[in-house]
Amino acid sequence: MDTSRRNFLKLSGVGLVVAGLAVVGCRDDNMDMPMNQNVFDLGKGDVGILNYAYALEQLEADFYTKVVNSFYSGISMVEKQLFTDIYNHEVIHRDFFKAAITAAGAMPTPKLEFKYDGVDFKSRDSILATAKALEDTGVAAYNGAGKYITNLDYLVIAGKIVSVEARHASAIRDLISPGSGAFSGDDVVNANGLDVAKEPKDIVMAAGGFFKTPFTWKEQGIG
Amino acid sequence: MNLLNILDKLSDDQFFTKMTSRSEGLSDIANFGRKAAIASIPLGLGSFMATSAKAETTTTASTFSAASALTDALQLALVLEYLEDEYYRTGLATTGLIPSSDRAVFQQISKHETAHVAFLKAALTSLEATPGAKPKFDFTAGGNFQPFSDYKQFMILAQAFEDTGVRAYKGQAGNVASNKAILQAALQIHSVEARHASQVRRMRMNKGWIELKDGGNMPAATNAVYAGEENVIQAGYNTSTLFGAAAGSASFDETLSGSDSAAIAGLFIA
Repeated sequence: MDTSRRNFLKLSGVGLVVAGLAVVGCRDDNMDMPMNQNVFDLGKGDVGILNYAYALEQLEADFYTKVVNSFYSGISMVEKQLFTDIYNHEVIHRDFFKAAITAAGAMPTPKLEFKYDGVDFKSRDSILATAKALEDTGVAAYNGAGKYITNLDYLVIAGKIVSVEARHASAIRDLISPGSGAFSGDDVVNANGLDVAKEPKDIVMAAGGFFKTPFTWKEQGIG
Repeated sequence: MNLLNILDKLSDDQFFTKMTSRSEGLSDIANFGRKAAIASIPLGLGSFMATSAKAETTTTASTFSAASALTDALQLALVLEYLEDEYYRTGLATTGLIPSSDRAVFQQISKHETAHVAFLKAALTSLEATPGAKPKFDFTAGGNFQPFSDYKQFMILAQAFEDTGVRAYKGQAGNVASNKAILQAALQIHSVEARHASQVRRMRMNKGWIELKDGGNMPAATNAVYAGEENVIQAGYNTSTLFGAAAGSASFDETLSGSDSAAIAGLFIA
């Protein structure tokens, strides 16, 4: 169907070594390993989706925090501002979800730990490639999760965030390939003019290389 | 209505290469004044002139059924896509307007808007609704703009249309949520418009995102596109606490009601 567009999520392009997926359940070996009783499950229904979004925003916030805490050498003023803005937005998103989930009386995803094997935080190319993967993943994740949300207020919230992630993705892609169609490239937008949308299971598998802390989302068949 | 069938069809690229025959007998869409007289509003926009804003859904007080809200949302989206499609086609066909260094961007945007028109027509048809006919557009908005002779103005309106599109789709999420396949497709179009918006904004030396309600060197005539974007309260959470109002307001985009979306589009309908 859209096999050509799956490639953007293969993070091998950014030089990542996906050495042992942290997400429980992605192993295709060893069914006898006892499950860690302390592995967090994202939950059911809308809470699960909010926690999913929270987990992804934690990843983005963590990544951009590293970027702004030590900008790659030679960074331009424009790019410094851009990354600072994106960092701001992702941290706000992250904190928003924690507050929203707590306010809903549910248990938020704990503070997750991340790893960036193969990412060189001193390299502009590496930062941009990783940012592109993360932003496109965010867009695909929200687009694919929307249909599972039952509370329309949460759906609107998700809508308000995904378009910002798409603005980020567009900007990053344009920095990589200025003046081209890459901002809204054929690798993410299909012949119908539709952006990528991925199932939670696919997103979690694709982004698994970044997550050090395991989690499950049994309702979505993850872990 | 078999949702799985619709989802299959909507994701089957072949389905959309078939031409959707335009319905004969639709009355000419004309005479839409800027005062937006309800009687003369084009098919697709009329139902939105009386609905209320924010997380728009059909209410028990409304005369519309969920199915009507769904197709009305798609008809509105179709009008906006017709507008963008014709706008970019015209711009690209206007000799000397778009600098060669910018053509690739507008060709990509144009390609998507054309695809969106086809997709929405097919989606409406699959719901057994007749897609509205393309309105007659006036991109000068009654002589207020010269987008095809002044590239700066072309860019201004491009930015306005894209930022409007993002808000308009978002505002209709509640109305399409009853059909999961359509909802997902709407989200997938919505994020593409956001990519477009970000690119055009940045080409105009703005940030790709909207801070407060400042469109960024935009004329007052476009204020309606940005009104409300300064919002910093999201579900009771104050987004300005951490980094200030500009960052907070930019971290979430806002909705536009169907009536507000229709009003903006209506400015450009002859």
